Amino acid sequence: MYNKKAVCIGIVILVALLSSPFWVGLFGTDYKETGVVKPNQDACVEDAAFMRAQHMRLLNEWRDQALRNENRTYVAANGKKWEISLQNTCMKCHTNYAGFCQKCHLSNSVSPYCWTCHIIPTEGK
Amino acid sequence: MLESLLVVLLIGAVAWIGSCIGLTAVFGILLPYVAVLVFLVGIVRRMIYWAKSPVPFAIPTTGGQERSLDFIKQEKFDCPSTKFGVVIRMILEVCLFRSLFRNTQACSFENDQATGGYRVVYYSSKWLWFFSLLFHYCFLIVFLRHFRFFIEPVPCCVSFIEAVDGFLQIGAPRFFLTGGLLLVALVFLLCRRIFNERIRYISLANDYFPLWLLIGIVVSGLCLRYFDKAEIAQVKIFIMGLTHFSPVIQGLDLNGMFIVHLTLVSTLLIYFPYSKLVHMPGVFFSPTRNLPTNTREVRHINPWNPPKQFFTYPEYEDTYRDAMAQAGLPLEKQPDKKS
Amino acid sequence: MAKLPTPQMLMASRPELPKESWLDIKPEFAPGSYCYPEKKETMELLHMPNPHDWDPSAEDWNLPENWEQILCDAFEERLQKHRSLKLFMDICVRCGACADKCHFFLGTNDPKNMPVLRAELLRSLYRRDHTMLGKLLGKKVGARDWDKSVVKELFYYAYQCTECRRCSLFCPYGIDTAEITAIVRELMHEVGLGTHWIMDPVKNCSFTGNHLGIKPHSFKEIVEMLADDCETVTGIRPKTPFNEKGHEILFITPSGDVFADPGIYTFMGYLLLFHELDLDYTFSTYASEGGNFGSFTSFNMAKKLNAKMYAEAERLGVKWILGGECGHMWRVVNQYMETYNGPTPPNMTIPKSPITGTVFKNAAATKMVHITEFTADLIRHGKIKLDPSRNDHIITTFHDSCNPARAMGLLEEPRYILKHVCNHFVEMPENTIREQTFCCGAGSGLNTEEIMELRMRSGMPRGNALRYVQQKYGVNHMACCCAIDRATLPPLANYWAPGVNVSGIHELVANALVMKGEAKRTMDLRQEDLPNVDADEAEAEEGR
Repeated sequence: MYNKKAVCIGIVILVALLSSPFWVGLFGTDYKETGVVKPNQDACVEDAAFMRAQHMRLLNEWRDQALRNENRTYVAANGKKWEISLQNTCMKCHTNYAGFCQKCHLSNSVSPYCWTCHIIPTEGK
Repeated sequence: MLESLLVVLLIGAVAWIGSCIGLTAVFGILLPYVAVLVFLVGIVRRMIYWAKSPVPFAIPTTGGQERSLDFIKQEKFDCPSTKFGVVIRMILEVCLFRSLFRNTQACSFENDQATGGYRVVYYSSKWLWFFSLLFHYCFLIVFLRHFRFFIEPVPCCVSFIEAVDGFLQIGAPRFFLTGGLLLVALVFLLCRRIFNERIRYISLANDYFPLWLLIGIVVSGLCLRYFDKAEIAQVKIFIMGLTHFSPVIQGLDLNGMFIVHLTLVSTLLIYFPYSKLVHMPGVFFSPTRNLPTNTREVRHINPWNPPKQFFTYPEYEDTYRDAMAQAGLPLEKQPDKKS
Repeated sequence: MAKLPTPQMLMASRPELPKESWLDIKPEFAPGSYCYPEKKETMELLHMPNPHDWDPSAEDWNLPENWEQILCDAFEERLQKHRSLKLFMDICVRCGACADKCHFFLGTNDPKNMPVLRAELLRSLYRRDHTMLGKLLGKKVGARDWDKSVVKELFYYAYQCTECRRCSLFCPYGIDTAEITAIVRELMHEVGLGTHWIMDPVKNCSFTGNHLGIKPHSFKEIVEMLADDCETVTGIRPKTPFNEKGHEILFITPSGDVFADPGIYTFMGYLLLFHELDLDYTFSTYASEGGNFGSFTSFNMAKKLNAKMYAEAERLGVKWILGGECGHMWRVVNQYMETYNGPTPPNMTIPKSPITGTVFKNAAATKMVHITEFTADLIRHGKIKLDPSRNDHIITTFHDSCNPARAMGLLEEPRYILKHVCNHFVEMPENTIREQTFCCGAGSGLNTEEIMELRMRSGMPRGNALRYVQQKYGVNHMACCCAIDRATLPPLANYWAPGVNVSGIHELVANALVMKGEAKRTMDLRQEDLPNVDADEAEAEEGR
């Protein structure tokens, strides 16, 4: 092999960079479960699978309905009517901000802008 | 061209079906491990393969004025005579695609006004440069954004990239510019190959396949974020399992699209070292770029330099001695005096 | 030579890109598209492998029986010897940026003249044996088998590339087609295929010291004739030292300059300049060739022909070598000589101009200085007296030769000189000069008569740029610093921009040079009357 030094340094740097997904984890902790604290009620506005995947879209829609169309009523898939309100509907059950919202959002680096207008619920309220 | 598309679609379909019939472990665990291994080993082997051959001659392309007289300004980075200059030249080449930036397009005019006849003009043409740069940088940023799945807690630099990338605050989840631009750039590169007559002529399956594959990866990725959503908390648990070599898949709710995305990425990794994509490490090896232009100042050594064999001066004089003597040219040995 | 079509017809006759894939098209050896082959005897004399008689236009090229094995082995050997080759085979992404950078492609519209496809001809063979995908999928991924028609194709396109490296400048990975062409030509030589126009000079240079086969006594005679001509023009007969030991400088220039019009005028320029400076130098009849057609043959042949320079420098005991205006000579000197035949003999020292004291640090290892570097330095220090008005009838442009431009970076020196010896200097359009310069269309051993039409095609970009400045600024002269250019540009200029003269730089220098004790100049080095001089007045002055 020629230019051994330069090539070896190159290989080491390249392999280090390309394999980084495998070793950057060492600088953090393990992540085996979300650790979400579920509220006591079994039913949400829509079923759990839908809520997991689409809650951000639902909230976005609610905001538009409430603030732009002044419509405060949401009809769920099962026909049940809900008041469109973060404070009065969602946060009635989901009281634990750190244990519920933050759990997934922090780990997956999601920064919703709910709290630019709303007040972040504090523990024990 | 269509063949390559079909192959990519087929790979996607196989992965999808696999995830449906319970082969998630094969496509989600086995394949990614194999792919990463093939990728890393393949790239290192390719680099060693190159390094096994010497660079017998220093052949830098001089892209500007050489270093010569004091009063003549040297192009220090396009024609670098020092190591530092070469480093800058390589940085410009790798990070800004300096050579491609020079690109021109030759346009011919049958009846040019200025010269009253046939004329060719070489216009600056930056499209290829722009879109390839766009593609590579978007790809880099998208890759970096994925680090939110590789480390817990997510470092602030990754969040910062996301904040910048999503600064338009469109929709929820927020639209990331780079994802969209990546697709735009890829479509441009593909359209070039399809609609530009010359590029179409030189394009092979080896050119279309990686483009379709990348488009497949980007589209499936966009789907996972905006349409057929993956549950990212579950994805993160799964990915962290993979990277910590303790893969878990039981009880995780991973959708088909995610398996498709992962399979296409694995395909890319396996394909990479055996294709033109090795231009990534290759560009650093390029002897026309990575050598200083001080070739008259420092001797470059060729390890297989053959012994000198040439028509020597004594042989020359032996051949022409009499004629040279007659012409009065100086000689090492005077001709024999004939009586 | 067949009569050439008009430039308009020539350009209009370029075919469209073919419908079939390039893998399915075989080359056609029509007269005028190929250089004549070299004779068996010459190849034998040079100990080239597998010498044989053959005819490019014939169906059978009489290749040696095991030609495929020879070529495969030779290719493998070169992969092991040249990292560049391995790399350039592997990393091309076929982005097509090089396509319209090649003068051969612009002039012929033959897709295989796009640098990318020229390399792909070899790459397709590489894929079969050296890539996983090629082994598995064959033609689907552009791999193919060796075949006699493939050999023909390689030969055809290796001699439609002038190794000018323009594509390399634009390639995002710096893939250098010159490197690939040079290696393909080496491969062709392994099975005994070479061209007359290259191998004959190689033979001459091997046994007489120069390409033209000028023997020592004739060389001296010719140079002395040129010195006589100098006397006719200036009234001063410059000295002509040959093979003399103990001088400071050995001067080497391509032999084309002592032989052919208009190179001889450049040579006279050197004589006059050196005489005026009273330079301590000598010519050599042995190292009487600066150019190196070996570099169009193989790396080893280039080394062999180049070896004479240092050998002679050592024998004569000179301190350094001054090199004349030449293109590929300077590619070899600048990038190969020291590697081939260095380290330099112990009697040589870092070049220092005896006139100005400038030390040429950039030539510290090879100890060889380009004449334009030397002269530009003289002008800068005001060591020579120039009267540029003698060149007032000339509106000149400058043609950068490929090799000094892209393998050396010699761009400003010749311009600096030109601007001091001519009052009217005009640049050609910006993307056709300096490092982006276009080849004369006939470099690297393609400057032969039998392919004149092809040369006019490949020279189109240069000719066209010249025509532009001719029409727009009235340019009537093109200077260059390359002996091959001085041979190839006159017919090119005559075809694309009739009325433009071609000369070396030092011809113009000598025309403007005011020498000590010279007679009033009434004519230039070509012995053509200077239009701005009143002949009677000159005579009157002489009579005084």
